[in-house]
Amino acid sequence: MSGTNQGYHGSEDYIASKALMEIVNVAVVLQKPLVVKGEPGTGKTLLAHSIARALNKKLYIWNIKSTTKARDGLYVYDTVQRLNDARFKDKDISDIRQYIKMGKLGQAFNSDEQVILLIDEIDKADIEFPNDLLNELDEMTFHINELDEEVTAKYRPIVIITSNSEKELPDAFLRRCLFYYIEFPDGEMMERIIKVHYPDIEDKLIREALKKFYWIREMDGLKKRPSTSELLDWIKALSLGGVKIDKINNEIPFLGTLLKNEQDTDRFIRLSTNQGGFGFKRR
Amino acid sequence: MFVDFFYILRRKGVPVSIKEFMSFIEALYKGHFQSSLNHLYHIGRAFLVKSEAYFDAYDLAFNEYFGGIATQDIELDKVLGWLENPLNRLPKMTPEELMEFQKQLEEFKRTHDLEEMMRQFRERLKEQKERHDGGHKWVGTGGYSPFGAYGYHPGGIRAGGESWMQSASKVAAERRYRNYRNDIILDVRQTKMALKKLRELKREGAAEELDIEETIDKTAKEGGEIELVFNRSRENSVRIILLMDTGGSMLPYTELCEKLFSAATQANHFKEFRYYFFHNCIYQDIYEDMANYKNVPTEKLFSLFNKSYKLILVGDARMAYSELFDVNGCIDYFSTNDRPGLEWLSRIRGHFPHSVWLNPTHKNFWGHYTVDTIGKIFPMYELTIDGLKDAIKALTSRTKNLMHQ
Repeated sequence: MSGTNQGYHGSEDYIASKALMEIVNVAVVLQKPLVVKGEPGTGKTLLAHSIARALNKKLYIWNIKSTTKARDGLYVYDTVQRLNDARFKDKDISDIRQYIKMGKLGQAFNSDEQVILLIDEIDKADIEFPNDLLNELDEMTFHINELDEEVTAKYRPIVIITSNSEKELPDAFLRRCLFYYIEFPDGEMMERIIKVHYPDIEDKLIREALKKFYWIREMDGLKKRPSTSELLDWIKALSLGGVKIDKINNEIPFLGTLLKNEQDTDRFIRLSTNQGGFGFKRR
Repeated sequence: MFVDFFYILRRKGVPVSIKEFMSFIEALYKGHFQSSLNHLYHIGRAFLVKSEAYFDAYDLAFNEYFGGIATQDIELDKVLGWLENPLNRLPKMTPEELMEFQKQLEEFKRTHDLEEMMRQFRERLKEQKERHDGGHKWVGTGGYSPFGAYGYHPGGIRAGGESWMQSASKVAAERRYRNYRNDIILDVRQTKMALKKLRELKREGAAEELDIEETIDKTAKEGGEIELVFNRSRENSVRIILLMDTGGSMLPYTELCEKLFSAATQANHFKEFRYYFFHNCIYQDIYEDMANYKNVPTEKLFSLFNKSYKLILVGDARMAYSELFDVNGCIDYFSTNDRPGLEWLSRIRGHFPHSVWLNPTHKNFWGHYTVDTIGKIFPMYELTIDGLKDAIKALTSRTKNLMHQ
């Protein structure tokens, strides 16, 4: 664990805090699923990609939607196809195996090497969804009823689960996982993140842009606070548009890349005209 | 080893299970930890705390066990709690006291210097520690509490209160996760999450889901000719009516109510969502707008909506005796009412079996005559995350709540 070359240390295009790296490594060693929670745009999903690249392992992504059922991740039995084939008698329909299609979890279990399984936005699904996966993630095994067969993971995959905390996850599920909350990056961290994406942009522009960015984020009552991805878009727009640095100080060019709905824009304009130079509210 | 840590965590309110603690200890013995306190802090948290809401409690427990932040911060935090909701925590003031506080507040407003504020704040805290009489001096900053009866405008004085909080939070800033605590803030997102629990799944809408059992049955009956049978998918069928008090005594809670309101309007999983406003108490009219201009007869509630609608009332339920019990007791000078508010409220409760009252004031402050009375008509809950959860449980319970009348 304390070896310098082993384990996860972030990757070229992803900056992880030290605590996060440590926890990823513990999760890998102990083979426990890692639940990553945080505001949108804090890089939860990218973490899995980064781990996959850093550890040079294959990544399976299971995107969860509101209609996703736990079973979909294991396998799907295509009854309709079988029923259809039964009419034409050109296939051997007694072989059920050909109608069993593995889901992402099933594929990860069946893989011949250790892989990384990302269960993305688990909170999108039904509240009970995570509970339906308890046994599968614990034992890394599931049963195919139609074949009366057990599927057991040859190599326990590294499981990363992301959540936007739209719904609270059940306790029984969380008990089996490690938990990490990605905080919104502070200025220093953000500067590093920007430099990873745009190494050529001058420091002064980044610093001024960050100042404005955090100022907007601190504003009360915004419906959607701008996140990292919006900031990156904005900085790109600023540098491509060749905006002068002192212009950022006085106004916000390309505001649309940061605030994406009308109400927020209105609110921003109202607040920014009401406030003095230091951002204090006038009374 | 570390067993005490487990109990401290539990005592601080972190819901650690034995299983979680055991796997933490196991990892510890397997030697997966570097011998650094910092490392232990992060890894321990990943094992033991599964919600950022408990990070603060974990910090406290960690510091108690492993040493660290002085306990003074904790007391500051308590004080902050009082400051955030002074009305809720503190006893009633006499008019003399009130005058005194008002004077102090005026002074604070004049000396708007942050440094000075911080100094005074610390001094106050020291004083507070020495006197153990419930600290009614603190009510001073709570002077913005909405004792409507004492008749001064809360808006202006609130400014003083806010400055207090800012300086205080600077002092207590060492604990970074206190904002994530469940009991302190009720933000839109959390409220939305709580509201999401408000659902009843029913099969409605277009038939889109394949019903395999039926399909096989039908196909067999047709002699192998495939006959697909579709079902309607399950959707949330909850219909909500929100009735909000916009009365003067609700002013300090505007922000809180706004949050609830925006969460409810943003939560797009309801089948139907209606909202109306009222002023202090409900009589023959309710209003479509916050300024109470566009009135709608309250009778409409009964004719437009049947009893399957779930009704949420929001208000402090604190009003003059006459407003609730008397004919023509309405607070608005130009309004009259033939029936007392109490009768209207009882009728509403009678029509909507699934109804709750959310009260933004703290439970300790419900000992007011009208609050008691209304609490007997509607099940009353605090407007906090926990209170909201309980209220939603009550709204969705199948067994009809017993009528109190």
